[in-house]
Parts: sequence; structure tokens; C-alpha cells
Amino acid sequence: MQKITQDKLLEKAVSLLSNGTVSAVLGWSKGEFSYDVTPKMFKTEDDLKENFIWNDFCGVNFSKYLVSKTDRFEGKILVFLKPCDTYSFNQLLTEHRFDREKVYAIGVPCEGMVDVSKLKAKTGEGISEIKEDGENLKVTKIYEDNQVAVPFKDVLLERCINCKSKKHVAYDELMGDEGEVIDSNRFDEVAKLEALTPDERFAFWQNELSRCIRCNACRDACPACTCEKCVFDNPASGVENKAPANSFEEKMFHIIRAYHVAGRCTDCGECSRVCPQNIPLHLLNRKFIKDINEFYGEYQAGAEVGSRAPLVDYTTEDLEPGEVFDRRDTDA
Amino acid sequence: MQVNEHKPLIVAFCCNWCSYAGADLAGNNRLNYPADVKIIRVPCSCRVNPMFILRAFQRGADGVIICGCHPGDCHYTSGNYYTRRRMAALFSMLDFLGIEKERTRVEWVSAAEGAKFAATMNDFVEKVTALGENKRLEDLRCKR
Ligand code: FES
Repeated sequence: MQKITQDKLLEKAVSLLSNGTVSAVLGWSKGEFSYDVTPKMFKTEDDLKENFIWNDFCGVNFSKYLVSKTDRFEGKILVFLKPCDTYSFNQLLTEHRFDREKVYAIGVPCEGMVDVSKLKAKTGEGISEIKEDGENLKVTKIYEDNQVAVPFKDVLLERCINCKSKKHVAYDELMGDEGEVIDSNRFDEVAKLEALTPDERFAFWQNELSRCIRCNACRDACPACTCEKCVFDNPASGVENKAPANSFEEKMFHIIRAYHVAGRCTDCGECSRVCPQNIPLHLLNRKFIKDINEFYGEYQAGAEVGSRAPLVDYTTEDLEPGEVFDRRDTDA
Repeated sequence: MQVNEHKPLIVAFCCNWCSYAGADLAGNNRLNYPADVKIIRVPCSCRVNPMFILRAFQRGADGVIICGCHPGDCHYTSGNYYTRRRMAALFSMLDFLGIEKERTRVEWVSAAEGAKFAATMNDFVEKVTALGENKRLEDLRCKR
């Protein structure tokens, strides 16, 4: 249920493209079905008018695309950013991954995005059309004539349930109203897991991570993972682009993936959104964020450009690694 | 009947400037510590990449300990401060995944602390032996 309409965004994009402010538009484009939305670089007005889309399925965070697209284009790129996307945008600027001058960022308000797999779990396969209707989504299926109404709130993406901010932290132009940073309960689930015994935690993660097929989607979608050469692409590593052979490889991949973005992860939740196996990957990232907040003080990656990530910083009074556990165990 | 007691394999990453010399001193002073500890010399404790630790577990280690200079004494000024933050985060994550927290440790051992080195190793080996074999991060293909 988005507050701002597709027509408004389209109008804006067309006008900026036609008056030459930008030479391309990075936006969401129609896929085969109304729920599979694909990122696209629009270069012509016709293309925009025909394919540009803005609906409840536009979860894609465009920040990372700027890294590869800005070098390749003359002139500016127009990009649409939802509030959580702007954090990744700032984080990438902090790391000097793209040229700010070459981007025209428009902030769009977001009411939360829909998780297609959650929707399908409720309606079954064969969705042919989805219409918005007040608080519900009206789903038409190819096999049946009657429509199914699904409450929008029930099929939100995991990351949107605990949305951390409706505030845009970076933009050239904002459409709609300025939002607020929300006091969300995003660490509740992590805390719940922490309260389990090690055996239970191991069983939980064994169950989740053993579904991993190592498609690398989480890495590829992650706006913090922008290394040109990735450890997991190293043919000498023995773990290059292949399904995990055993429980060690499953865990190793996920520990290292989360570790490499620790302190830089803005908690945008792209990893969990793109996971075809629905592994709650964001919990690993949130664990790091929660720890860092507790050990070294509150830190939100991407809240401002130029802030120093906690793991590349130190104070002489930091906690000892052993004390981490003592603290927790005495708390419990 | 003879019972096969499990002998743990411990990997100790020791920084060249303090802990490695500390281990040397322990040897010179003929202090006993278990032979299950295999020392890997690294230029500084912050040289230890989290991947090294996971790899050690994969290749059959039952416990991994990282030793470096005392905070403030690092040969490269600040290396061990980074180690401290990194390992706090990593170990906490390993614990979150259900891997026994006693299997990992960071200790600061200076070049003059041969006795501390031996005592640390004795204690660590004892704890890891009590836990038994590392099953949660093992790779059967790498087992001897
Ligand atoms: S040189 Fe010993 S910890 Fe850096």
C-alpha cells in the first residue's frame, strides 16, 4: 500500500530525463508477473512509460547498482531510494564506491514491501493478478475465478516488519513527507536465540543453514559486499561457487559473509529478501550489529557519510573477547 | 581393554614479537605444557584472519587460541586493539551459532611471561579436552 503513486514517480522520471538533468533512470521495471519486479536502467522516455513500475513489490535496493553503473555513464543517473536504501547509499559513499556527483537521488516514501513467498504461502501458486484494495491485496489466480484477499500487514518482508527508519538520510529531492527514525524491536529475535542453550542454537542454525544452495544471491545483492575480488570467487579457496559439501562449508560461508560486512551492514535486509531458500540471514547480520552496539556504543552504519566503522576503529579500553561471555553469563 | 582417550589438537596463533618469544621462554625455562598445542607464528595478532580460525577448525583443530602482545605493547602500535575488537565479534558469533565458547580464546602474553604462556596453554588444553572432539565445525574429509 504505497502512499505515493506510480504515476507521480513516472512523471518525475520522464521530466528529468527529457530536460536532460539525467541521462538514465535506474528504476523498477515490469517483470513477467506483477510481483516479479526487475531493476532496469531506462534510457528512453518510451521505455519508461511502457515498463516503469512502482508497487508493493519494489523491494530492490538500488544503491549497489550505482557502483557499477556510474562509471559507465556519461551524465547523471536518476535513482529512486526508499528510506532504508539511503543508508546503504551513504555507506557506499563513505567507502568511496561511487561518485556522488554522478547521481541524482530521489527519496521515495515506503510503507513496507511484500514478500512474494509469504504471499504465495497464503494463496498458493498461479497468481495472475494482484490489486491493492485498502488494507488488503486482492489476488486473482489463474485456476480460480474468485479473488482472495490477503491483509497487506501479513505478507510484509521480514525487514519491513521491524522497519528501522522511514527517514531518508540522503537525497537530492524528496517526494512525499519526511519520515522518522523508528524505535523498532529488530533485535528481539536475536535476543530470543541468545537465550537458548548452545545446543538449541546449534540445532536452529544447522536446520536453517543446511538449506543453503550457495547460489551467492545474498552476497550479490548485499550493498555492503562490493569487493571486486571476493574470497568466495577464489578458485584456490576450495569453496568457489559450489554447493556446500558438509556442515562446515555451510557455516563457514555464512559466518564469513556476515563477518565481512560487520560494522558496515546497514541492516537493509536484502540478503534475506533474495534468499531463495528463505534462510533468515539478516539475523546473523543483526547479531553483529547488536553486539557492536552493546560493546562499542550505538552505531548505525550509513546514518551519516564519513563515520568510522566500529571494526576498523578501537579504543584502549575495549572489552576483552573473553569478557564478552562473562558479561552475558552474569546477566543471565 | 585400552580406552582410546581423545587427544585434542590445539592451534595457537602467536605473534612474533611477544607471545612467540614467550613460548620460547617457557621452553628455555623447561616449563611443561601439552604437546597438543601447535604454534603458528604470525607477524602480529591482527594478522589472524577469521578465515584462519575457521580453517583451523576445519582441518581438525579442537580449539584455537590467539596470543599477542599486551594491549598497548603491540610492535605495530595498534594491531592488537584491532584483534581485540575483531575477535570479540567473531567469537560472539561462533557462540551464537552454537559452537562451544570454550574452544576459542584470546590471551595477551609478553616475551617475559614464559610461565603465563605455559599456564595458559595448560588451562586451555584442559578445558578443550573436557569438551571433547570438535564436532560442530568439523570437516570429515579433513580428518586423520
Ligand atoms: S606484534 Fe604482538 S600483537 Fe601486534
